Amino acid sequence: MSALDILDGCAAELARPAAGTQRPVLRERGQREVFCGLTGIIWLHRKMQDAFFLVVGSRTCAHLLQSAAGVMIFAEPRFATAIMEERDLAGMVDAQDELDRVVNRLLERRPDIRTLFLVGSCPSEVIKLDLAKAAQRLGAVHMPRVRILNYSGSGIETTFTQGEDACLAALVPVMPALPADSAPELLIVGSLPDIVEDQFLRLFADLGITRVGCLPARNARELPAVGPNTRYLLAQPFLGETAMALEGRGAKRIEALFPFGVEGTSDWLRAAAREFGVDPALTEQVLAPGRERARIALSKLRPQLEGKRISFLPDSQLEVPLARYLQDELGMELVEVGTPYLHRAHLARELESFGPNVRLSEGQHVERQLDRVRADRPDITVCGLGLANPLEGEGLTTKWAIELVFSPIHGFDQAADLAELFARPLRRRDLLEV
Amino acid sequence: MQLAVWTYEGPPHVGAMRVATAMEKLHYVLHAPQGDTYADLLFTMIERRGKRPPVTYTTFEARDLGKDTAQIFQDAAREAVARFNPQAIIVGASCTAELIQDDPAGLAEAMGLPIPAIPLELPSYQRKENWGAAETFYQIVRHLADTTVNREPREGRRPSANILGPTALGFRHRDDLVEIKKILALLDVEVNLVAPLGATPEDIARIGAADFNIVLYPEIADEAARWLERTFAQPAVRTIPIGVGATRSFIADVAELAGADPTPALGDTSSRLPWWSRSVDSTYLTSKRVFIFGDATHAVAAARIAREELGFEVCGLGCYNREFAREIRAEAARCGVEPLITDDHLAVEDAIAAACPELVLGTQMERHIAKRLGLPCAVISAPVHVQDFPARHSPQMGFEGANVIFDTWVHPLVMGLEEHLLTMFREDFEFSDEAGASHHAAHSPRKAAPEPVPFVSSEVETHNVAPPSSLSTSLETNGELVSSLWTAEAERELKKIPFFVRGKARRNTENFAAAEGRRQIDLETLYDAKAHYAR
Repeated sequence: MSALDILDGCAAELARPAAGTQRPVLRERGQREVFCGLTGIIWLHRKMQDAFFLVVGSRTCAHLLQSAAGVMIFAEPRFATAIMEERDLAGMVDAQDELDRVVNRLLERRPDIRTLFLVGSCPSEVIKLDLAKAAQRLGAVHMPRVRILNYSGSGIETTFTQGEDACLAALVPVMPALPADSAPELLIVGSLPDIVEDQFLRLFADLGITRVGCLPARNARELPAVGPNTRYLLAQPFLGETAMALEGRGAKRIEALFPFGVEGTSDWLRAAAREFGVDPALTEQVLAPGRERARIALSKLRPQLEGKRISFLPDSQLEVPLARYLQDELGMELVEVGTPYLHRAHLARELESFGPNVRLSEGQHVERQLDRVRADRPDITVCGLGLANPLEGEGLTTKWAIELVFSPIHGFDQAADLAELFARPLRRRDLLEV
Repeated sequence: MQLAVWTYEGPPHVGAMRVATAMEKLHYVLHAPQGDTYADLLFTMIERRGKRPPVTYTTFEARDLGKDTAQIFQDAAREAVARFNPQAIIVGASCTAELIQDDPAGLAEAMGLPIPAIPLELPSYQRKENWGAAETFYQIVRHLADTTVNREPREGRRPSANILGPTALGFRHRDDLVEIKKILALLDVEVNLVAPLGATPEDIARIGAADFNIVLYPEIADEAARWLERTFAQPAVRTIPIGVGATRSFIADVAELAGADPTPALGDTSSRLPWWSRSVDSTYLTSKRVFIFGDATHAVAAARIAREELGFEVCGLGCYNREFAREIRAEAARCGVEPLITDDHLAVEDAIAAACPELVLGTQMERHIAKRLGLPCAVISAPVHVQDFPARHSPQMGFEGANVIFDTWVHPLVMGLEEHLLTMFREDFEFSDEAGASHHAAHSPRKAAPEPVPFVSSEVETHNVAPPSSLSTSLETNGELVSSLWTAEAERELKKIPFFVRGKARRNTENFAAAEGRRQIDLETLYDAKAHYAR
């Protein structure tokens, strides 16, 4: 981003589309009230059951993980922090030796670990501690029992869900090669709750698409193969790096809406069906029961949300597809849709339905953005936990954004659950008499 | 490098945030990367504050690294001053900014701001949260106190005191303050200033006007109080009024410094703890073995209450903040136990398992350790979860604090009558091991399927994978196969002992057998040991 791209909030009206089809985006920089990529570990470690995440960082990183993980930290999670101390900062060689010591001790104690991620943090990036080299060195010692990989979840490089992107991108080079003469295979990219993943796999099976892999796999040592005959579908909008890494191995992306709500899910499934040459009549037949169930469930929630004005503060990059869903399927009015990072190619179709009055913003200057929220007074504001109670304190109803990452929200059968996440704070506001 | 899943304390800049958030009209400009704003939610969620903490983060990113970050810092500071209009700002760096060496102090000074900019040096790779809070408060006091203040002669006016130490995110600080003010009112002592909680920078200027200081939380206020002692010759009350005895000592100490009559305050009969503890219902509490861990101040106070006011036996005592280890060592000597000074929760877990307490008093972490071990537990110290920032009035200090403590600690224990029934009717199905204790905290999770292997040392791992009925075995054997010492008959007899004292019985019997050189533990040995250890 060059300095020219950064606009004051008041200059937003002046922004002109760079190209004919592109809508103006309010780009801001300043204080960003967002999580760093380390937070991705909280859900990634539940998904990949043979993996352990070792953050190399400071006490702050450990404190962040325990604050974000809440009570989960006591369920013996598969993550920890190697806290750097004064003497680690003195010289690089020393720090690498220390890291070896910590990793060896960890692997001794946890013989069940089969994949170990060394996760970079701001302090380790700033002192340029070479974790890639460390992963290579330690991997040579511990293979085949333990595969050691690395990625960065630092705040200086990644925002919240981008931690998952960095982690999955680190897995792509170690995915087995799909032979060039193999039949086309489908790859679902992005960690989904197991129940949602199973629903999608059943639907693909009904469509006759049986060669389907998932990234991440539930077991990080049994990764799906990838090659020129791989067609991948992004299940999450924050996977730019992973997509690039997959393209690098010859895989091709299937262009589709993200599978939120009836239309998003239908489009996502139809795109794959088309790619795999499934008879359109069969596709509609397979989709019909799920669409009908979702339609019935949503019809109960629509009256609660229709016409309500909503603003999104940047958090996870889920903002754009969720806003599209809430506008198109529940009749909500979008005021501002903020996102930490806007991937224009992956979100191009999502943005098509946004009206000209929808304020799209990328990046954050939190004080100015809150000024806009106060001026707009939307019915509901989607924001992080650092802002939710203070906004409620000002009389603004909020929906805390992190829940959208932790809850099953993709697919037909979760469409109403997703709507309910937004309807509940509004209903509660009306319910309370005190 | 230190391998950690859980940390008792956050980094020092979180301590600085606790001071800044406690105060009014003070703003903290924190040089920190994107992501460090996570700390805001400690205040907005755990303490449920309805306002954002007064902190502006510079949130620099990778592409800003280089000379750009200094500019970002100055821009952020300028904007914060313009927007929030504080009376003073504090400036400092988080752990990452410490590494890029931008010198927030020098940068802020060069800006020529119209208000004081107080620089903080918080070494993130050596120090922790409490130290950060103490240092921040000390720097604020040192920079803002008006040293020209002269106290008026004492004749013809009420004595006055500063109450020092309460912060944001402090365990029961809000309610402790109410109790302390109540005591001071009875002693006719005027409160010159409470700080940092609720104080503005302008308030801090007149800190020298008080006759003396009350150091409520030494972890936070001691450093500043010592400076005030030197600068304004203000003596300090350092007695921590947690517990009936300690509250009485506190009243006496305050009265002495204030030249006041302590009788009205000492005559306060609102403390029910003494009678509750003397009533026959409490007899069963006698010599209950209690393990205490927390910050040093709360742990020491708890140990005194446990010994002198509830008649418990302290079987373990420790703290996680090394800075106050001396107090723990002294109290541990009085209790006749080895002090445990560590910030490694695995070491605490091992110590608790080895001590076989009947009650654990600790932090949120000990609550979870106790849950895993199937032991009753109450929380006495930070770090704590949201439920320990309650809506109701629940102080730890003063006479009402003692009432709260009595209820809180006794509540998780199986009640006396119930204990009696368990012994008499232990074969009845309601009292079988599987039914467990009836009180909530004593419910250890009964797992049907083995959990994933936990990340703890091998001795402790066995707790989770072992079936619940063999809990005491895993507690006691420490991984060794000593159970082969036991005859089948003695083992059966041991099983008849209620589960919550069985661990102790097993350990005692094994120690006794070892001391006596017996190679087998039969019924005889079991009862010989029982006689040997009889209280």
